Amino acid sequence: MTELTDLTLSQALEQLRARAVSAVELTRAVLQRIEQTDAALGAYLTVTADRALQDAEAADRARAAGDERPLLGVPLAIKDVFSTAGIETTCGSKILRGYKPVFTATVVQRLYDAGMVMLGKLNMDEFAMGSSTENSAFQLTRNPWNLERVPGGSSGGSAAAVAAGLAFGTLGTDTGGSIRLPGAFCGVAALKPSYGRCSRYGLVAFGSSLDCPGPLARTVEDVARILQVMAGHDPLDSTSVTQAVPDYHAALAGGVKGLRIGLPKEYFIAGIQPEVEQAVRAAVARLEALGAQVVEISLPHTDYSLPVYYIIAPAEASANLARYDGVRFGPRIEKGEMWPTYKATRSLFGAEVKRRIMLGTYALSAGYYDAYYGKAQAVRTLIKQDFDAAFKQVDVIATPVAPTTAFKIGQNVDDPLQMYLADVFTLPASLAGICGLNVPCGFDEAGLPIGLQLLGPAFGEDVILRAGYAYEQATDWHTRRPVLRNEA
Amino acid sequence: MSDWKPIIGLEIHAELLTESKMFSGCPVVDSVEAAPNTAVDPVSLGLPGTLPVINRQAIEFGLMVGLALHCEIPPVNQFARKNYFYPDLPKGYQISQYERPLAINGWLDIEVTPPDGEPYRKRIRIRRAHLEEDTGKLTHIGGGSSLVDYNRAGVPLLEIVTEPDINSADEAEAFARTLRAILQYLGVNNGDMSKGVLRVEPNISVMHKNDTEFRTRTEIKNLNSIRNLHRASLAEIERQIRLWESGSEVKQATLGWDEAKQRVVIQRYKERADEYRYFPEPDLPVVEISREWVEEVRARLPELPEAKRRRFIETFGLSEYDARQLVAEQAIAHYYEETLSAGVNPKSAANWILGGLFALMNEKGFERENIESTRITARQFAELVKLVDAGTLNKGTAAAVLAEMWDTGSDPALIVAARGLAQVSDQDIIRQAVAKVLAENAAMARDYLSGKDKLFGALVGQVMKAMGGKANAQVVTDILRRQLEALRSSM
Repeated sequence: MTELTDLTLSQALEQLRARAVSAVELTRAVLQRIEQTDAALGAYLTVTADRALQDAEAADRARAAGDERPLLGVPLAIKDVFSTAGIETTCGSKILRGYKPVFTATVVQRLYDAGMVMLGKLNMDEFAMGSSTENSAFQLTRNPWNLERVPGGSSGGSAAAVAAGLAFGTLGTDTGGSIRLPGAFCGVAALKPSYGRCSRYGLVAFGSSLDCPGPLARTVEDVARILQVMAGHDPLDSTSVTQAVPDYHAALAGGVKGLRIGLPKEYFIAGIQPEVEQAVRAAVARLEALGAQVVEISLPHTDYSLPVYYIIAPAEASANLARYDGVRFGPRIEKGEMWPTYKATRSLFGAEVKRRIMLGTYALSAGYYDAYYGKAQAVRTLIKQDFDAAFKQVDVIATPVAPTTAFKIGQNVDDPLQMYLADVFTLPASLAGICGLNVPCGFDEAGLPIGLQLLGPAFGEDVILRAGYAYEQATDWHTRRPVLRNEA
Repeated sequence: MSDWKPIIGLEIHAELLTESKMFSGCPVVDSVEAAPNTAVDPVSLGLPGTLPVINRQAIEFGLMVGLALHCEIPPVNQFARKNYFYPDLPKGYQISQYERPLAINGWLDIEVTPPDGEPYRKRIRIRRAHLEEDTGKLTHIGGGSSLVDYNRAGVPLLEIVTEPDINSADEAEAFARTLRAILQYLGVNNGDMSKGVLRVEPNISVMHKNDTEFRTRTEIKNLNSIRNLHRASLAEIERQIRLWESGSEVKQATLGWDEAKQRVVIQRYKERADEYRYFPEPDLPVVEISREWVEEVRARLPELPEAKRRRFIETFGLSEYDARQLVAEQAIAHYYEETLSAGVNPKSAANWILGGLFALMNEKGFERENIESTRITARQFAELVKLVDAGTLNKGTAAAVLAEMWDTGSDPALIVAARGLAQVSDQDIIRQAVAKVLAENAAMARDYLSGKDKLFGALVGQVMKAMGGKANAQVVTDILRRQLEALRSSM
């Protein structure tokens, strides 16, 4: 018999609705699995077990009374970058250790309102800056497929928890690939919605013009269910759009017949791990076999994405992180006078965060602004125009999520540039504000998952979910579960 | 001094009287009166994850001021982050406007009345007006500690910047008064400089007649009244001239005003230009101002001081000077119009406000803008003026009644009745009083008749005194003159 924790979100929901299982049973099973495995995995920073059981009991009572809210009784967990009232919110940083917010992020509140059971807060790279979750100030998170490997980042806890059965779905955030990359490394479905599709209110900001909250889960269908609840305009976020939210679940069916899929030549380059390229090309061939048309396309400004991103995101971060001064919240290292106190308190930031604050501060400085920030914004527009042009030709763009599968823990920690290259295929979509989905599409020889990235135009989530779902229905990668173990 | 010309630009910060803060629904309170940190919310505290939402009312208030200052309203304005660290700045950056302000290229005409010269009009150009959020307030409590109150953090501020068109402390004062009146008329700011609700900061340099370029300028902050703006500007102009003439130089600095010592004090020297690392605020869309919106706001603008002044002159026949005095403070104009609504002669009402009431307010040390908080309501004041116009009170008794109204808040009619102050115009009574005074002052009468014309006034005074000040002065004058002429012919 399948373990409860091996169910997909949709299967769990089905059983809850059929009264085959109670929310309390489901929650107990997940909490037990967290208890048993998370010491080795390190996905959770905070487990809210008491609250989870209370939520579950409430959900069971509600269902008994006829409540059919979309996520009623489903145990979910949240990346620690979302503000959660009464629950410590650290962003993986010492500078927020002990901080218990007084308000809840809009997307989290929408999950609460939809009936979720709150399992806890998940590990991440400090302030979402990183590609491996090694930049967490508190702990490593390991890849469930191989405990010597990183889970990807920055939403490493979110991806690892789903892959290991420690939650039926999670929230992550994606600024330059932070949902898709860990999704690929951990072999789970992971969606970066279009910028503005989901509210950022309560998402602790890193790069404000790039940050996107999004779901991770076992299947594309699960992801669609969570997105449905999260998406939509929020009057508290002026960058969230008022456009109507489609019925994502209804959009899943329909297949890919006639769907035009673009293969950008700039994403199949030297240096890419051969198994990754093969798996992605095979996945595209599979979609073609299912009726899609495949077209080679060009996104000529792809190469500029990395430098553009590493100017814009740090510039925004340098301002966003200025509020961590120990005056109103979080720890303060008292040094008698104002400036020494500032300096000591802000020394709590980790090395990568400091590096990006310095990069961003420099890029915005008088005399450099035009050459760096100004130029980067201009090039960002070109990158966006590449996609605009491409989406006149095709409906979906297919690429690898990352050039490689999950790398070894410690492998890139001393080489920030090498680390940044993990995001080279996810950055362009972030800069363009479009949506992107990771769908598991195979394993390398070491048994590590490979991710297929499906990119859609802004607010075209329904299209990439449909393509991803069609692929998933035709393959069984998503049904495989890792056995937690060290490298053979 | 005549070789030097002061060059002054003003930077004005006006808190806007909106219901809520610039970027959230948090209510705006009187930050001097309210208990510290009671008007705060996650957004105004800059808690992690919060986002700003633009206050539409603040945009409209800004548009109103921009239009009143004859500015162009660009079709798009944009917020930007101004980055610096200070404990009263919750986010470590202030959301302001930089490259794309709300309003640009305006002007304001001012009327300058130098103490030792002819009044003149002058046009001061407005460079820009933009919206931003206020900071919190620090209170230094000694022992190296400070307290922070964030009630004011996030309150909408309109920053107005003039071109350096102002060339004297008098002009700076005139500009500040004119602008303050406009802000008050628009209902967007109460003009209170003592609470920092309105802040006027002059940038000052001086230019020698042989100069072709501006010299170093200084900035004076924390001025708590327009009077101190004038005094501090004057002192700073003199200080700079003294420095240059003694072969020394002016260093770029931020100054304060020491009220007790009546001199400027240097708060800090500016070694180099401030580095604020401005960049467009990614959390907010650009603000598009449609022409329809501009016209809609323009149509809703209330009557401004300049228009009101013209109307007072044209409709009520007031003098230029009187009209200007009445519109200078919105509270006074309002009081005046309230008085008129009770059906009083506009000229009489103006005379009694500018003469009687102002004299009383000066005597009692009462600021003119507070006219509506005196005990004398406009309705009561109108009654007084009516009593004078009807001949019930003469000037002298009316002043006495006004003084009693000030103290007690009673209706003038009640005071007149209680004290029997009604003016006496009865010819017989006055004739008797005049005859008695002439009989008792026969020598004075003779001297008058022999050519000492000035004694007429003294004789009027004697009659008034004999009648307890209540006699109708005109009737007294007529009868006295007649009786004196009768005496002359009998001599």
